[in-house]
Amino acid sequence: MSDTFLAWLTVLPGYTLPLLLASLGLMISERAGVLNLCPEGFMAVGAMTGALAVLAGYSPAVAILCGILAGTGLSLLFGLATVVFRADHTLAGLATVALGLGITGVLGRPYVQKPFDGLTRLSETSWGEGLPRLLGQQNLLLPISLILVLAVWYWIFRRPSGLSLRAVGEDPAAADVVGIDVQLTQLGAVLASGALGGLAGAYLSVASAHVWVEGMVAGRGWVAVAIVIFAGWRPRGVLFGAILFGGAEAAMLRLQTQGVEFPLYLGAMLPYALTLLVFCIACARRGRDNGAPAALGRVYLRQDKH
Amino acid sequence: MTHRSLNDASPTPQQTGAGEAPALLLKGIDKAFDGKVALSKAGFRLAWGEVHALVGENGAGKSTIMNVATGVYGPDAGEIIVDGRDVPLRSPGDAVDAGIGMVHQHFRLVGRFTVAENVALALHGAGRRVTLAEAARLVSEKSAELGFGLDPNAVIGRISVAEQQRAEIVKVLLLGARILILDEPTAVLTGDEARALLTLVRQLSRSGHAVALITHKLQEVSDHCDRITVMRQGCTVMDAVAMEETPVDTIIREAFGEVREAPRRQMAAPGAELLRIDHLSLTQDTPVLDDVSLCLRAGEILGIAGVGGNGQSELVACLNGVLRPDSGRIALSGEDLAKASPAHRRRAGLRIIPADRFDSAMARGLTLAENLALTGLADGRFGPWWRLSRRKMKQAAAKSLTAFNVLGGTPSTPAALLSGGNAQKVLLARELAAGTKVVVAHSPARGLDLRSARAVQDLLAEAVADGAACLLISEDLDEIMRMCSAVSVLNRGRLSAPLTGSDLTPNRLGELMVGHA
Repeated sequence: MSDTFLAWLTVLPGYTLPLLLASLGLMISERAGVLNLCPEGFMAVGAMTGALAVLAGYSPAVAILCGILAGTGLSLLFGLATVVFRADHTLAGLATVALGLGITGVLGRPYVQKPFDGLTRLSETSWGEGLPRLLGQQNLLLPISLILVLAVWYWIFRRPSGLSLRAVGEDPAAADVVGIDVQLTQLGAVLASGALGGLAGAYLSVASAHVWVEGMVAGRGWVAVAIVIFAGWRPRGVLFGAILFGGAEAAMLRLQTQGVEFPLYLGAMLPYALTLLVFCIACARRGRDNGAPAALGRVYLRQDKH
Repeated sequence: MTHRSLNDASPTPQQTGAGEAPALLLKGIDKAFDGKVALSKAGFRLAWGEVHALVGENGAGKSTIMNVATGVYGPDAGEIIVDGRDVPLRSPGDAVDAGIGMVHQHFRLVGRFTVAENVALALHGAGRRVTLAEAARLVSEKSAELGFGLDPNAVIGRISVAEQQRAEIVKVLLLGARILILDEPTAVLTGDEARALLTLVRQLSRSGHAVALITHKLQEVSDHCDRITVMRQGCTVMDAVAMEETPVDTIIREAFGEVREAPRRQMAAPGAELLRIDHLSLTQDTPVLDDVSLCLRAGEILGIAGVGGNGQSELVACLNGVLRPDSGRIALSGEDLAKASPAHRRRAGLRIIPADRFDSAMARGLTLAENLALTGLADGRFGPWWRLSRRKMKQAAAKSLTAFNVLGGTPSTPAALLSGGNAQKVLLARELAAGTKVVVAHSPARGLDLRSARAVQDLLAEAVADGAACLLISEDLDEIMRMCSAVSVLNRGRLSAPLTGSDLTPNRLGELMVGHA
């Protein structure tokens, strides 16, 4: 039994980190008041671009950087639409997801199912040979991601610029009159969500699967959207939510490989059922104030006559 | 004249020391919103060391011109000169840099943040990096200096409106503002709080600040201001006139045109009993309404005075049918309505004018015709269930708008574009339509200029003279004293017995309002 647990713990980061990174970025964007449904799209372009870069002969580190850039590029489109041209956040988000999935479908087709050597595990590096399996199976993105969570928490709650970010999401008019550039802040936050979404996607292909398959994001972007709400827009909650959902997915696949009789589709469905369940409980417990930034999804126009 | 700044913590920009140039000079300002002219060649001159009143009707352009002065709106034309320098105010940040600070009517504070976080945010926006601890210290110091006693770590959403206003003033001063603009600051305050604020404003002006005070209350203007500027329909009609040279009635005439003196309501012989409330109680954590009973007859206006938050909103919600009281009876002409739906109550003749018309009575985005028709859709007046006659709606609306003297809107104008007074008249037109037995009016004239307030009060009085009854819930004692023949006081959910005749004095009401009985 403890072997099963250890095995689960070993594969846990592989399922948790993409969710963690994507929802962390999403949280930044929504803290600035931009309702962001894009992670599925960001992750898709990040995953494909990362895989393509490796197949083109670049190192995994560069490939991951390419994934980040791709996610950022797509988020720039979303940011222009919502922040600069004041499009409806929900519609622009859905369109961005469709665009991301479409691009990967078209550009990625020739590269589907071509395995490659992705990011090295710690045990494969020169200095990490003696590491126990639990650590040795991981890669550098695990510590980096954990540090990122801490850094984002510190930035949002302890730095003046984090205060500005939250103010824009809570009350853009109040932020505006004290001289904070609402649009610039929101655009920056959207780009951050794109970068982290792209990183999450690149993790899937370059660090985890070592192959690119169309549709490999498989709804994780939507789970990220749910995690952020579940987390009440707090970094700690995001970490916990990502472990919860990632852990459930990992456990499901573990059980299947252990030979537990289980209908495949029921297993695939379970994370979503869990999402729904956890959601209902979390929201019912929290009552009216779910922690959402007060101006989330609202388009701010200074020249509005109130 | 020298200007000593209260803000030694911050640099004071544009400190010329000459003092001869006006603190703020706005010349020939034009501003239109979507083609609707809000300001036309408007001007404003504010000198150092003075308290300057800016007076005018709702929609006269007072808030708009001050929003131009603080960089919130860019003017279409005109000059803005701050302390003798031509300053382009392209954004609120530019105004902060120029030393201009505004305390808005609706405070620009983030409700979930603490006082210190709001201040840190503002300072950060102005390019000054402070930690939260430093911000908290600055707030404590400034608050002590002004005699405020603010807790820097209190969350804005959990403190009283008066404290929020203090936080806003502290914030603006810490930003280095020497030109202060206060937009109807006393509208949300009790009498004592307002006096304290106006005293503070005087102190600030003595220490060299320039203060502009937008207000509707002429008493404040004559007691606390040095000069006055009057605006009307987007133009400046009296430009920086010294108060002592100006009789108040001149100001009233310039600002509002001829105002009819509201007739003190004549006592009609009370008619049949229309509304009876027996032992109404409601508990939400603590008792909100405690054994409230009252009786209202046709031709009578019963006033319910009291400081806001003592159960007024809950009483209105219980009457409306939105809240279900724990116990008690509400009877209209003998019919028990305590468990009736809002629609049923409305059919029975109970009409509500809520305190916030856009929150729970009218829809901003709908046209006036649509808003007026909302309550008549069920009875087939505008066509059967499968058809809505826009023609009939517009005809009925045009008739109502004329009858209630609504200006600035046609049946197809969105409700959001009307000024407060006219929007309130539209609501009255709807609620006082045929079949009204009892009108419950909650602060019907709050936030309205003198003339609109009188018009609203007259409309209520007319309805009562025609045989309806009115329950007037208001914090404005002048209004209550003028309108009502009997007044009860709501204090901590308990309703006093009505005062009438010679017992009905402002002093007696005041005692009951603050009493801890």
